Amino acid sequence: MQSQTMAAEKLSPAAPPADAAIAIDDVTLRFVTPDGHMMTAIRDFTMTVARGEFACVVGPTGCGKSTTLNLVTGLLRPTTGGVRVMGNPVTDISRDIGFVFQADALFPWRSVIDNVAAGPLFRGTPKAQAYEKARDWIGRVGLSRFEKHYPHQLSGGMRKRVALAQTFINQPKILLMDEPFSALDMQTRTAMQDELLGLWSGLKSSVVFVTHDLEEAVALADKVYVLTAGPGTVKSVYRIDLPRPRVMADIRYDPKFIEIAKVIWNDLREEVQLGQSRGLQTGH
Amino acid sequence: MTAISPTEQAATRATSIVAAEAQARARLRKRHALVIGLRLAILVVFLGLWELCADYNIIDPFFFSSPSGIWEQIWSWVTEGTSQGPLWLQIYVTLEETFLGFAIGAVGGIVAGIILGRNKLLADVFSIYIKIANSVPRVVLGSVFIIALGLGMASKVALAVVMVFFVVFANAFQGVREADRAMIANAQILGASPMQITRSVIIPSAMSWILASLHVSFGFALVGAVVGEFLGAKQGMGLLISTAQGAFNANGVFAAMIILAVMALVVEFLITRFENYVVKWRPAPFNEQGT
Repeated sequence: MQSQTMAAEKLSPAAPPADAAIAIDDVTLRFVTPDGHMMTAIRDFTMTVARGEFACVVGPTGCGKSTTLNLVTGLLRPTTGGVRVMGNPVTDISRDIGFVFQADALFPWRSVIDNVAAGPLFRGTPKAQAYEKARDWIGRVGLSRFEKHYPHQLSGGMRKRVALAQTFINQPKILLMDEPFSALDMQTRTAMQDELLGLWSGLKSSVVFVTHDLEEAVALADKVYVLTAGPGTVKSVYRIDLPRPRVMADIRYDPKFIEIAKVIWNDLREEVQLGQSRGLQTGH
Repeated sequence: MTAISPTEQAATRATSIVAAEAQARARLRKRHALVIGLRLAILVVFLGLWELCADYNIIDPFFFSSPSGIWEQIWSWVTEGTSQGPLWLQIYVTLEETFLGFAIGAVGGIVAGIILGRNKLLADVFSIYIKIANSVPRVVLGSVFIIALGLGMASKVALAVVMVFFVVFANAFQGVREADRAMIANAQILGASPMQITRSVIIPSAMSWILASLHVSFGFALVGAVVGEFLGAKQGMGLLISTAQGAFNANGVFAAMIILAVMALVVEFLITRFENYVVKWRPAPFNEQGT
C-alpha cells in the first residue's frame, strides 16, 4: 500500500484556488430533453486544473465527460455552480481556448495550409503572416510536404496532425481534447500521443483531455479524474508522478505505470460495470 | 540452376510492370471505343428506322415528321430565317430569358435558403408558406404573369424565376441544415464570427447540395421561358413551336425541340465544368476512380 501513495496519490477534493487555469466549482447541469423530461448530465462536479497542468478525465460511457469540456468553452452553461477560466467567469467562447474534437472537424474544402491558417485568419491576422505561421506549424507536425493536399487525400493520423496544428497555431492557454485519438489504430495513436506531449511541452498550456482509455490517461496526465456512471460526478482524483518527458511506446511497460493503472482501474471498474448494466436496461 | 542477381530480378519485374500497365491502358481504350461505337450505332439505327418508316408511310410523316424533314426545316431556318425573324434571334431571346430567370431564381433561392437555414425561428415561421407556395402548379402562374407583365421579356423571366427558386431554395436550406455540427463548433472555437462561419463553413458545405439543384433547375428555367413564350410572346423558341403547331407543321415542332435540347445540353456541360472547378476538393466518386 505504501508504493501506491508514492506513484498515484489520491487527492482529496477541495474548492478550487482563485488562480487556477480552469476551475469548475460545484457545478450541476440539467437540461430538458425534446420530449419534456429533465436530465441531469453532471452533478456537484468540482475540478481544478492548475496552469500548465495536464488533466485527464476518465469514466464510463455516457457519464458526462464531454459535458465538462463544453462547460469550459461556454457552449453549455451550468444550472448551478460556477466555471472560471484564467480567473474569469466563462461568458463567451474565450480566445485562450483550443479544442481538438473526436470526429474529423477539418474543413474538407480547404487544403492543409488553409485549414491550419484558419484560426489566425478568423482572428484577423494579416494573410501573409497567417500563412507564414501556418507553414511553421505544419513543419512542426511533420507535414511540410502535404501543404497543398486536401484532407481526403491524407490518412487518419495525418488528419489528426493537421487538427493539432490547427489548434496549436492559436497558442491556446487552455487546451481541451475530447477523445481525440480514439478513432486511430494503436501505433498511430501512440505516435500522436508523443506528438501531443511534444507540442504541449513547448507551449505549457493547461490541458483537459477526455478519454475512455485509462492507460492513455495515466500515460499522458499529471492528474486523473475518475467520474462515476451518469449523472457524472467526481469519484476520485489521482496525481500521477511519472517523470517527464515520457515516451509513450515504453511507458506502458514501466512497472510504476502498471501499478498506477491497476489502482485507478480498481476504482473505475465498478463504475464501468454500473454504466454498462444501465446501458443494457435503457438500450443505449 | 542459375542464380538470378537482384538487379536482374528488379529489371525483369520493372519491364513486366510496364507491360502490364500498357496492356491495362489498351484495354481501357478499347472499352471506351466500344462504348462510343455502340452509342453511335444506336443513333444511326434509330434515325435510319425512323426515316425508312416515314418513307414507306408506316408512320405518317405529316404527324410524326422524319429526320430528313427536320433537317430541311432547321436548314431553312438557318439560311432563310423563320417567320418571326432570324433563327439566332429566337435562340438569343429564349436564352436571355432563361439565363435571367435562372440567375435571379438561383441567387434568390440560395440567399433565402441560407438565411432560413441559419435562423430556426424564421424557418419555423416561413416553412408553412413556402410549402403552400410550392404546391401551386407554377406553370399556371405563367398566365398571371402574362396578364400582369405583358407579352415582353418580363413575364417569361418571372415564370423562369418561380420555376427555379423553389428547387434551389429547398436544396440550399437542406445543405445548410446538414452542415456538420463539429465543424461549426471547430470554426467557432478557432475564433470565427457568425458571419465568418456562414462564409467559410456553411456555404462551402451546402455547395454540393446547391450545385446539384442548379443542374435540375436550369432545365426548369428553360421550361419556364418556353412555356411563357408559348402562352403569349413576340419572339422566342416557344413562339416558334406554337406557330408551327398552329400550322400543323410537325417538322417545325421537332426542329425547335431539337434546338432547345442542344441548348440545354451545352449549358448542362458548362455547369458541370463549373461544378468540377468549384468542388475540386471533393474525393473522386468511386466509379471514376478506376479510369
